Amino acid sequence: MTTEQNIDQILIPILEQVSDPEIPVLSIMDMGVVRTAVIENNIVKVEITPTYSGCPAMDVIGDDIKAALKVAGYDSEIELILAPAWTTDWITPRGRKALEDYGIAAPLNAEADKDVLLNDKRIVKCTNCGSQNTRLVSQFGSTACKAQFQCDDCQEPFDYFKCLK
Amino acid sequence: MKQNLYNYILGIADNSLILGQRLGELTGHGPSLETDIACTNISLDLFGQVRSYFQYAAKIAGDNRTEDDIAMLRKEREYVNVLLVEQPNRDFAYTMARQFLFDVYHLLFLQKLEKSKDLTLSAIATKSIKEVSYHERFSGDWIKRLGDGTEESKTKMQDAIDGLWTYTDELFHQTEADKAMVAEGIGVDVTKLKETYYKKVNEILEEATLEIPESKWFQKGGKDGIHTEHLGYLLAELQYMQRAYPNMEW
Repeated sequence: MTTEQNIDQILIPILEQVSDPEIPVLSIMDMGVVRTAVIENNIVKVEITPTYSGCPAMDVIGDDIKAALKVAGYDSEIELILAPAWTTDWITPRGRKALEDYGIAAPLNAEADKDVLLNDKRIVKCTNCGSQNTRLVSQFGSTACKAQFQCDDCQEPFDYFKCLK
Repeated sequence: MKQNLYNYILGIADNSLILGQRLGELTGHGPSLETDIACTNISLDLFGQVRSYFQYAAKIAGDNRTEDDIAMLRKEREYVNVLLVEQPNRDFAYTMARQFLFDVYHLLFLQKLEKSKDLTLSAIATKSIKEVSYHERFSGDWIKRLGDGTEESKTKMQDAIDGLWTYTDELFHQTEADKAMVAEGIGVDVTKLKETYYKKVNEILEEATLEIPESKWFQKGGKDGIHTEHLGYLLAELQYMQRAYPNMEW
């Protein structure tokens, strides 16, 4: 699934400290946006890939990676790469759990995703009470990667992380 | 080749830039909170794609030009977007009709661009397809909801489709840069998208119980830099900061 990743083991604990500024519980490692992180001539070369083209978090993530590596004693170069394109499949199981705990429903598979976003199927689990009696309020939520849902049992409004294949 | 590729990239990116700016005008002005957020999210996707295109174009230009210079510092006649995307937001039906008529084209175009021999363009296309698929669903949904809605919403949507129809044919006109890039295996032959486009559009219009316009008279000029009067006003707002405070940065 994430076979194209090339990350030096020593750097993993450092990169795990960096999170998405919009979703602070989710580390960039669990989000799957770090594609390469290697040490070459004492400089860490990092390649990150955007979740969405216009994601304003990417610049901040780049700066945060630089800062975290600096604290650990490394200079770094950050490059934004587009291929292969990010997919929600790259979010790790731990990342999915972090999303759910934070109140964001994790992405369903592509087929189910289509059913909820287009055909009003009620299968997204409410992050508050677990009920599947939930409905789509808006295909676009607080950020481009999410859709807005509401639970018709506990009335909780919540975000659903859209499937991106 | 270099100049052709540069012009070709601008031909793709300007459509997204100008449409993104139009949608951005709705920030805080959408008819409801959800549609406001949706339009601005779509705008953000388009701007993100534009950045990737302009960064690439700046690299090809090889001088000191940056993505911002390309976006902000050209004159009106140097923008080569189609006339469709510069049309103003009259009402929500009009905004969604404009979006839908572009989205259907945009998705078909990107699905071909993904096969480009140019690896950067192909990568941008692959990335964008995922986003634009959502755009098309969203706008297509509104065509059906308003078209097959109340008498008033139907009238507004029919007026919007009738009014914008004249700008659709230009999407399939080939520029010199297009021809050169098609020959290189880099560009998309837009003339070949036309049939599928109208088939897809007409299907949705029929589902929305709307009438397919019969007019065979079409406007053109945007791809040659000859625009409707609306673009100047849009650019005045888009470029204001860079004109008033040259080289300013956030």
